[in-house]
Amino acid sequence: MSEKIPVQIDDITCEVERGTTILQACKCAGLRVPTLCHHPDLEVAGICRICVVEVEGMSGLQAACAYPIRQPIKVRTNSPRVRRARRVNLDLILSEHYGDCYTCVRNGTCELQELAREYGVDRYRYPSTTTPKFKIDRSTAIVRDQNKCISCKRCIRTCIDLQQVSALETANRGHNVLIQTAFDKPISDVVCINCGQCINRCPTGALRSNMPNELLWHAIDDPEKHVIIQTAPSPRAAIGEEFGYEPGTSVTKKLNAALRRLGFDNVFDTNFAADLTIMEEGTELLTRLKKVLVDGDSSVKVPMFTSCSPGWVKYIEHYYPEYLDHLSSCKSPQQMFGAILKTYYAKKVGIDPEKMVVVALMPCVAKKFECNRPEMSDSGHKDVDFGLTTREMAVMIKEAGIHLKDMPDEDFDHPLGLGSGAGLIFGATGGVMEAAIRSVYEIVTGRPVPFKGLDVMPVRGMEGIRDATLTIENPLPEYQWLDGVTLKVAVAHGTANARILMEKLKAGKLAYHFIEVMACPGGCLGGGGQPIPTSPEIRAARARAIYSEDHQLVLRKSHENPEINQLYAEFLGEPLGHLSHKLLHTHYTPRGRFFLEGL
Amino acid sequence: MATGTRAVTNELQEILLKYGKDRTQLLPILVEINNYFGHIDSNSIIEVSRYTGVPIGEIHGVITFYSFLGQKKRGKFVIRLCRTISCDIAGKEQIVRVLEKELGIRFGETTEDGMFSLEYTNCIGMCNNPPAMLINDKAYGGLTPERVVEILDSFKLSEYQDMFGYGGVK
Repeated sequence: MSEKIPVQIDDITCEVERGTTILQACKCAGLRVPTLCHHPDLEVAGICRICVVEVEGMSGLQAACAYPIRQPIKVRTNSPRVRRARRVNLDLILSEHYGDCYTCVRNGTCELQELAREYGVDRYRYPSTTTPKFKIDRSTAIVRDQNKCISCKRCIRTCIDLQQVSALETANRGHNVLIQTAFDKPISDVVCINCGQCINRCPTGALRSNMPNELLWHAIDDPEKHVIIQTAPSPRAAIGEEFGYEPGTSVTKKLNAALRRLGFDNVFDTNFAADLTIMEEGTELLTRLKKVLVDGDSSVKVPMFTSCSPGWVKYIEHYYPEYLDHLSSCKSPQQMFGAILKTYYAKKVGIDPEKMVVVALMPCVAKKFECNRPEMSDSGHKDVDFGLTTREMAVMIKEAGIHLKDMPDEDFDHPLGLGSGAGLIFGATGGVMEAAIRSVYEIVTGRPVPFKGLDVMPVRGMEGIRDATLTIENPLPEYQWLDGVTLKVAVAHGTANARILMEKLKAGKLAYHFIEVMACPGGCLGGGGQPIPTSPEIRAARARAIYSEDHQLVLRKSHENPEINQLYAEFLGEPLGHLSHKLLHTHYTPRGRFFLEGL
Repeated sequence: MATGTRAVTNELQEILLKYGKDRTQLLPILVEINNYFGHIDSNSIIEVSRYTGVPIGEIHGVITFYSFLGQKKRGKFVIRLCRTISCDIAGKEQIVRVLEKELGIRFGETTEDGMFSLEYTNCIGMCNNPPAMLINDKAYGGLTPERVVEILDSFKLSEYQDMFGYGGVK
C-alpha cells in the first residue's frame, strides 16, 4: 500500500498517492488544467508550459504535468498570475505557428486552435508568422509541414519512445530547435514506417496523411469508372466518433448506406479478404511446420510472422532484414482483395479492370504506401488504387452532406461481401492470431477450438506482448505428424513491443511457431488513420465494439465462409495453389536502417 | 588515401571499445571522436549507431545540440570569440576585424591549410577581462588588436617549428 498525501487544489481538498502528478490530482478533483505537450500515451515532457499552476511556497510557476506530489501541497490553478502566464506562453507559441486555419486539415480538431479559443485570444501580441518558412515534405503516406510545428515533441516521443522507429529527431537547441526527420532528409528516405502514430498525437496540422480525396472524387464523378470500396473493421468501429457517437460504437451498416450515397458502385467487406488471408496464411503455417518438424528442412523458417500490418512489414525490412524469410509471404487482406477484384470479380461481372477503381477504407496510413509498392500489381493493374483513412472518409461523407446518424442499415454487396467474425477481429491486437487458431485447430483436428464460445482469451487484451500455447491431440489422419505437438504463439502490438520480442528471439531466449505483430498500439483499431484523439480508453472501447460484433455473428470461422469456398471452387483452386501464389503472395525488400550508406 | 581511411577506422574502433556499448556513453564517445578528428562525419555516426544501438537521428540531434560538436571539419585550432554583452561592449567588433584580416577568413570558416577556424561563443566567464576568446581549451582575455596578432603569430610559429623539427615551444 502506498502512502496517501493530502493536497489542496483551489478550494478542493483530496488525498492522492505519492508520486501522482498535479495534473492527475486535478483530474481526480474534477478540475480541468489545459495541456498541450501532454499525452496519455507518452512520457512526461513539461515543455509547453501551458499547464502551469501556482504551488504555495515555491517562487516559480510549476508545470502540473511534470510535478510529482511528494508532500502535502497547496495548489492554485486559476490565479491571475497563472492565467497571465498561460496566456503569454500561448501567445508566444502562436507567434511561431503558421496558423492558416482555413486551409488546415485540423481546422476544428486542432488543440492549439481550441486553446486560443478557450483563452480568448483576439489578437497577436507578438509578431505572427504570416509566410511559411519551410517547404512541405510529402511521401505517398505522410505529409510533414514544419510551419505548423510548435515543438511540443509529441511526435518525437511517439516515434522514438512509443514506437521505437526513430525516423524523427530534435535538431539544434533553444530558439533554433527544429523537429525534423533524421538529418532533415525527405520523409520517404528515412526509416519511417508510415504507421502514422505521430499524426494521431500531433496537436496541430504539422503532421498529416497524404489525402487522395480530390483524385477519388474525380474517379467517383467519372461515369466511365466503376468505383469499388472495401471497408476494414476498425474504421467501422471508429468513424462514428467523427459524427458524434461515443467511442466504441460500430456503424458498419449505416456506413454502407452512406458509401452508396456517396457514389461507390460496390461496397464490399475487407473481412472477406481477411478470411482469405487466414486460409492462405493458415495453410502456409501448416506447410512450414511440416517442413520443419517432419522433413527437417532448414531453409524453411519458423517462427512465422504475420504480414497484415504494412507498418510492421516496413519495420522488419528496416530493422531486421535478416528475418524477412520469417515473414509470411501472404499479402495483407487489403491487397488480396484488390487482386481478386481486378481478376475474378472483373471477369465475373464483365467489367474491364482498367476501368475499375478499387478503394480501401482503412484505419491505416501505411496502407497508402503498401498499395503503391511496385510489386503490388499482380492482377496486371494496380491492385488497390487508393488507401483511404477513416478521417479522410469522414471528410468526404461530411462534404457530401450525408448525416451518418440518419442513414438506414444496409448490407454489403455479394459475392465477396460476406466476412466471418474471425475476419472482423483482425481489427484488434491478437485478432489475426485468434482467427488463425480458430481455423487451423479445426482443420487439423476436425473439432472446434477448446475455448468457451470460440473466444481464444489468452491472445486477447492490451498487454504489449502476450503468448499462449495450444497442444494438438488426436488430429485427423493427414495431420498425424502434429499429434502431441504444443504450438507456441505470441502476439505483440506497437513496434516497441515487437522490438523487445525480436531482440529476445535474436538472443535465442524464446522459441515460437507463430507470431502476430501489429505496428500500432492496440492493433488496427489504434491505427494512424483513425479519428483523433486516441488514448488507451478509446482504444479499449473500439476493441469492445469489435469483439461484441463478432459475438453477434453466426459465421465466426474463416474456413466456413461459403463465399470463400466458392472463390476457391470457381477460381483459385486451393490455398497456396498456383493462382494463389501469383495473386495473393508477395516478396519483401531489405532496406536497412542506415540510409546514409551510399552517400 | 586508402591507408589513411583505414587508420581512421581503427582509431574509431579504439574509441568505441574504450567506452563500451551503453547508451549513456554516447556523449563521451562523440566528444572524443570530435576532438580526435576535428569533426564527426557520417561514417562515424553510422559506426557509433551500429555499436551503441542509438539511432542515427538521435545522434545527429545530440551533435546539433552541442556547439562544440560538429559535422563540418574544423581547423586544428578553433578560435571561439565571446559575443556576449561584456565582451561586446569592450570592443569585440575590433577583434573580429583583426582575426578575419589576419587569417583571411570570415567567422564560420576554416583556413585553407586547416590550421584555424573562427567561431563565436556565448559567455565563457571572462567578463572581468573582456574581450575574450578561447583557442581550443585555453582562454585569452583583455584582447587588443596587437595582442591578437601576437597570439596568432605564436601559434603559427610553434606549428612551423613542429613541421620542420625545431622542437620549439608548445
